[in-house]
Amino acid sequence: MDAKKRKTGMTYQRREALAAFGFLMPNFLGFLAFTSLPVIVSLVMAFTYWNIFKSPSWVGIENFQSLLWFHREAGRLVPNDPFFWQYVYNTVFLMVGIPIGMAGSLIVALMMNHRLRGVVVFRTVYFLPTVCSGVALLILWKYLYNADIGLINKTLRLFGEHIYSGKLIAIVFTAVCAVAFGVIALGIVGGVLALARRVCENLRIIWPEWLFKALTIAAGAVIFVLIGVCGGSIYTVLNLFFVQPPDWLGTVQWAKPSLILMGLWAGLGGYNMILYLAALQGVPGSMYEAAEIDGAGPWAKFWAVTWPLISPTTFFILVMSVIVGFQGGFMTANVMTNGGPAGSTTTVEYYLYQTAFEKFNMGYASAIAWFLFAVILVVTLLTWKLGGRVVTYE
Amino acid sequence: MSRLRLWQTISLYVILCLGAITMLVPFLWMLSTSVKQPHEVFGAGGGIKWLPEHFFWRDAVANGGSIRAWWGNYPDAWREISFLRLYLSSIFVAVVGTFGQVLTSSMAAYAFARLRFPGRDKLFFAYLATMMVPGSVTMIPVFVLLKHFGWINTYQALIIPGLFSAYGTFMLRQFFMGLPSDLEDAAKIDGSGYIGIWARVILPLSKPALATLTTFTFMGFWGNYMWPLVITITEELRTLPIGLRYFVGQHSTNYTQLMAGSMIALIPVLLLFIFNQRYFVEGIKLSGIKG
Repeated sequence: MDAKKRKTGMTYQRREALAAFGFLMPNFLGFLAFTSLPVIVSLVMAFTYWNIFKSPSWVGIENFQSLLWFHREAGRLVPNDPFFWQYVYNTVFLMVGIPIGMAGSLIVALMMNHRLRGVVVFRTVYFLPTVCSGVALLILWKYLYNADIGLINKTLRLFGEHIYSGKLIAIVFTAVCAVAFGVIALGIVGGVLALARRVCENLRIIWPEWLFKALTIAAGAVIFVLIGVCGGSIYTVLNLFFVQPPDWLGTVQWAKPSLILMGLWAGLGGYNMILYLAALQGVPGSMYEAAEIDGAGPWAKFWAVTWPLISPTTFFILVMSVIVGFQGGFMTANVMTNGGPAGSTTTVEYYLYQTAFEKFNMGYASAIAWFLFAVILVVTLLTWKLGGRVVTYE
Repeated sequence: MSRLRLWQTISLYVILCLGAITMLVPFLWMLSTSVKQPHEVFGAGGGIKWLPEHFFWRDAVANGGSIRAWWGNYPDAWREISFLRLYLSSIFVAVVGTFGQVLTSSMAAYAFARLRFPGRDKLFFAYLATMMVPGSVTMIPVFVLLKHFGWINTYQALIIPGLFSAYGTFMLRQFFMGLPSDLEDAAKIDGSGYIGIWARVILPLSKPALATLTTFTFMGFWGNYMWPLVITITEELRTLPIGLRYFVGQHSTNYTQLMAGSMIALIPVLLLFIFNQRYFVEGIKLSGIKG
């Protein structure tokens, strides 16, 4: 072996480069064939009309024009492809679950960060939906959401029967629910305000304490006055909800919230929770001790120590979720709703699939793919620019 | 974190238990439904029953009046969905695909992490950049390319495009960079070539990273939905998710069998999870910190 190498007279560097070439080759060829070249081909295809049976024809920016542009119709601006914009709206709507789910995962992680017996068991159970995620789980949830025989509606009806059998219980129940709604709404508003304040602080814009308090009190007042005014309708709505629960996946207004709710259940103890747990375990205990000496309570400790120190994780999860969320939703909708009812659960990814593999309009589908790519690119670049300013790194 | 008082500990447990129940109830309902008779699921009235009415029942339609046990939905679903074939398909695709991806990724990662060659950092940056490209951008050209090869509805088409992962290369490269170089130098002095170093020094030292990548890649292949749906036509090639999907299409209301089938589909993943739990948790942390 050694003698051979000496005979060929290769220098050490050349041999190393040659070896590297050999090691890289399989991956690099695949990388060329299935990633880099397809990206270029895809860009070219976006400017053609092609139904894969005939040869493609160049159409210039026509695909993008019909995808993204507007035209005038009876004096109003109308999108050239109204479906596309509806599906973009659906995709963005479904991402409402991201911040809620992150808050939930953070709360679970905070609870599991305590030294408790059996915490591993809890972690495993909470992680179960993530492990099982896939078609089987979606079938299960389709069944749970079934209007007639689903577990969710069965439970709601059972509750309804008991609560609405007597007037007094019904009224008390309504009041309790209304107050609970109010508290939750106030909590969300308060949380958003606190978050906005933190973000502003990092951007060197300080809100005075009185403004924060005034805004919170005003929001609370508005919420509870509204609840008081609408008491009667709340009663009716709740009554209807329990006696005749909605057809979750079958109605336009409930389909998207149902999918979000399922996502919250599935994601609560999933990847994000584990990431948060890891981040929390990385916060040095000495910082809490220092905060305690300064007289900070648990609430102050969280906002002054924990939250800033785990902000890189929050940021990472948020960005990844937005990137994944924007290009997702096909499997869920395809298994559970077929994109319906009335296209209310069709996402951009689903539209791409339909365009490419049901209508075989490859050019138009490529244009949709590049729209997705552009959005993801913008999100990533913004992250790069803004990341350093909003996030506190140690 | 500070020590908890007793009432705090108790309320933490209560909340965590409530959450755990929320997580488990759907699965328990799945199990419960899978051992019921169809008429029990559709039965009128809103009552919730967790146990089947009878543990032995007469199934006149499917079995010609023979008596079946409570688990009878399972063999039925097994036959109806032809699970054996789906399993074999899925296992074949996932095992070959995972092995191939880990192999090519670890080779490339070794070159990027441990060898010097001109243009290395630029090439690595190109790899990193492609991690941003959404799968839907490359999917259509790859489909067209494979159609050109005549690979539609073949195992090659299910496996080969998934063999090359920029993410896997990136992750392993980060891990390889952190390995001490002493052992590598020792192997060099002993006359080991590059292949020897890669196979006998680098890979054995990287077991945690390799296990993590293997677990995630396997899960990716196993759960992959869109690509198999696009690329397979006939039943023989369908993987588990696609088979289940078609079963739903045909028996959209036969929930007892659907639940039995879904349970059967979940068992391998659950087993994998139970035995590899450590790697899941470590892997997630690894991806989060490095990403």
